[in-house]
Amino acid sequence: MSHFDEAGAAVQAALDAGARYADARVMVRRTEAMSARDGDVEDLSFDESAGLGVRALVGSSWGFYAVPDLSGPSARAAGERAARIAAASALVRGPATELTPARPVTASWAADYVIDPLGVPLSDKGDLLVRATAAARAAGADVAEANYAIWDTRKWFASSEGHRIDQHIRECGAGVTAIAIGDGEVQRRSWPSHRGQFGTRGWELVEELDLVGNAPRMAEEARALLTAPLCPSGETTLVLGGEQLALQIHESVGHAIELDRILGWEAAFAGTSWLDLSRLGSLRYGSELMNITIDPTFPGALGSFGFDDEGTPAAKRHAVRDGVWVGVLAGRDSAAVAGLDYAGSVRSDGWSRLPMVRMTNVGLEPGPHTLDEIIAATGDGVFMDVNRSWSIDDRRLNFQFGCEIGYEIKNGRLGRMLRNPTYTGIGPRFWQSMDMLSHETVAWGTPNCGKGQPGQIGHTGHPAAPARFTNVRVGVRA
Amino acid sequence: MSEPFSGSGLELAARVIELVRDVAGRGCEAEVNVRHEAEALTRFANSAIHQNVASASTGVRLRLHTDGRTAGGSTTLTSADGLRTLVERTLAAARVSPADRSWPGLAPPAALRLSPGHPGSDEWSGFPYGFDEATARADPAERAGRVRDFVDAAGGLETAGYCRTLSVAAAFANTAGQAVEGRTTEAAMDGIARADGADGVARLAAGRLADLDGAVLGARAAAKARAARNPVELPPGEYEVVLEPDAVSDLLENLAVFGFDGRAHHQQQSFAELGKGQFDPSVTIVDEPLGGRDDPAADLPFDDEGTPRRTLVLVREGVTTAVTHDRASAARAGAESTGHASPVSRSWGPHAKHVRLEAAPVSGHDPSAGGAEQIAGSARPLVARMRRGLLVTDLWYTRVLDPKTLVITGLTRNGVWLVEDGEVTAPVSNLRFTQSYPQALGPGRVLGIGSSTVLLPERWGRSRYAAPALHLAAWNVTGNASG
Repeated sequence: MSHFDEAGAAVQAALDAGARYADARVMVRRTEAMSARDGDVEDLSFDESAGLGVRALVGSSWGFYAVPDLSGPSARAAGERAARIAAASALVRGPATELTPARPVTASWAADYVIDPLGVPLSDKGDLLVRATAAARAAGADVAEANYAIWDTRKWFASSEGHRIDQHIRECGAGVTAIAIGDGEVQRRSWPSHRGQFGTRGWELVEELDLVGNAPRMAEEARALLTAPLCPSGETTLVLGGEQLALQIHESVGHAIELDRILGWEAAFAGTSWLDLSRLGSLRYGSELMNITIDPTFPGALGSFGFDDEGTPAAKRHAVRDGVWVGVLAGRDSAAVAGLDYAGSVRSDGWSRLPMVRMTNVGLEPGPHTLDEIIAATGDGVFMDVNRSWSIDDRRLNFQFGCEIGYEIKNGRLGRMLRNPTYTGIGPRFWQSMDMLSHETVAWGTPNCGKGQPGQIGHTGHPAAPARFTNVRVGVRA
Repeated sequence: MSEPFSGSGLELAARVIELVRDVAGRGCEAEVNVRHEAEALTRFANSAIHQNVASASTGVRLRLHTDGRTAGGSTTLTSADGLRTLVERTLAAARVSPADRSWPGLAPPAALRLSPGHPGSDEWSGFPYGFDEATARADPAERAGRVRDFVDAAGGLETAGYCRTLSVAAAFANTAGQAVEGRTTEAAMDGIARADGADGVARLAAGRLADLDGAVLGARAAAKARAARNPVELPPGEYEVVLEPDAVSDLLENLAVFGFDGRAHHQQQSFAELGKGQFDPSVTIVDEPLGGRDDPAADLPFDDEGTPRRTLVLVREGVTTAVTHDRASAARAGAESTGHASPVSRSWGPHAKHVRLEAAPVSGHDPSAGGAEQIAGSARPLVARMRRGLLVTDLWYTRVLDPKTLVITGLTRNGVWLVEDGEVTAPVSNLRFTQSYPQALGPGRVLGIGSSTVLLPERWGRSRYAAPALHLAAWNVTGNASG
């Protein structure tokens, strides 16, 4: 069933009401989520959300309106309403708004999968979570939690420039966490990531995680952490596992290269960026090992798609090449303001939300080493992995991360387990200290990236591998 | 496609209950939430409106318990086909899901409590219950007008922020006979002004759009930004602080989510110990979903399980007195629901979302650091009493390092100043802190509380906090702009 007619009707109504450009997205999303705790299913929900959002550009001002009713008359009314809202924006007008040129595209795209996650029997999925949490409890966890989530999204996009694109994106993932409660503190270990691993793949992704097989080790490590020595405080060589490095990329690179932040469009809430457009192409962001790409074509990663929510085809591009900042995440209007000729990173969280600049897959290109080689080459340092807390300033410079687990590194070997490992730093200084990088890349998925007002949740991917950083301050505590 | 349902929310909820009985039989327990929302938000940056959005949506959420198994579901499709699909899909899910040994049963029929602002309540404050027709009907021009006033009042400084209105009408019904409905409106404005790289903020929540004055907020943000220019950098260490209401709202949010969560408390993952004096005796913290004498109702009069909401004292004069529960967490803890069920409370815990830190009584002879217009009103007497310390406007990106001790790291934002001998002497660049929140508010640690509260919107979600300024003996600064 196509919804191009409704999307087209909304676009035409916006044009009839005075818009010089309009686009509309019909989106139908089915979400299935289950959580279990201590051997019992705790929550199971199926949500279905369907509606149409239309964006109208009147003069230099945008307006957006969204409705859950997919009838033709409702779509036309929404188009008119979006144009009226745009007209009201002109009361506090900004500079002229232009869009980078785009060829109208007619296309259809669907994410690849092997096992349809919505087709797997619920009883099987429930058994998996029950068994994983029971296994963690049996191995010593005071509390064990597991979850999975599935998103099945169909979109029909139409624009006044002639785009007609439909996409079908399936995403899913899962994880298990063991919690140990001691006197005055709580320790946790999560597999494979602090909230699970997610991708634009089928249920085969979840099967590969082996939640049940890994749950007992998580419980044992959580309990061992309660009596492990504290991570020492001071400056040292830091080796990060790939999961933690993925979030480091997300927070200190991905958000910093969002063009809307750089232009000040997010100044009051998410913040701005330390990056200055006048230095695009020349600013040293990190060491020569640092090659960051924006790649929505990465197979199976959580930020993958065929076209963004402005109809721009997915394409791979460098954000940082050999340590030099060379690219941004952009939309058609922000790119035009910045004088850039590419867009492709605009997405909306459902039919009722305005498309905005978002990360797709932002990750590190593989390096020349392995984790074993990195540890073997480290005389004295700390290894940390799996995120526990994250905090960064509104310019994306000053960060502090906590990890679930750490180990001391002595004479090229992992030593004692360390509890409450944290590290802090300033983004470019930190990235310039990266002197070893593994090629053991995993595309970690982040299903909870918040941005925008009203709030939107984004799904992003971050290919990352273990890496080493020098002279990093670790062990920050109250 | 068949037509969307056109009756009232309560009629729609009753229709779904009928469908459940039709499809699943009378032995099936069911609860239905119907929620109609109209949200509009006008956003500005670089002193111009750049995003201007509105949406209207009706959502139906259903939870079923049959043969010892439970499932939930929701839809925005309210046609006859859409509703039947919701019921059939949820029932099918329940029948194949694992047994639910923690099902707490449905909320029994119970009358709603009246808001202090409701005519006929014991203390008529003069505030409407929580619904303002003019706010529900506000058009884009009214929001844009407030943005224009904010921008103009900033006197040429670059500005950014939003003005929003929200109208919610909701209904609840379950097969145990509870059937209730309510409606509420909210308006909020939140903006910054920027001067030479320094930001100043002003934000306010209200039950009525008419209570938001863009010019007042714009002038306040601009005064802060101008006073924050050319900051100095201070070294890490322990500082005495006065936190302005915006910063205090972050303390209230984290205490509510990680401390007063009844599920976390039952699992011993929270610091909270009922009956114990964990806070300074000057601290009283209350959850007020129905509003108070000074504020209109913040939320609907019932939660997502149909339990009537009520005022809940979480901390009275320093003693922790209550934690928040939905029916599931209450059943596990051997307690009663406090009316804090939400669509995610079974997975994430039941949280208080309308928390007030009680202001101090007005003494009438407070010294005041008057004249410094960047200082919030309720903070001025506190600043005047501080010998050496920091005045902090706002906190940002706060994250929990340990839930049990509630050690949190985060940064300051939108203005920090050094205070010496009761006077602001220099703006300070943003600082990173790592601090246990309960410890900061512990016995003997609270040196003063402002004499008035400000109603503040949460930056990300829809919670609301009523916060005065707060004078604390120690705050652990662990980094500065240099790292």
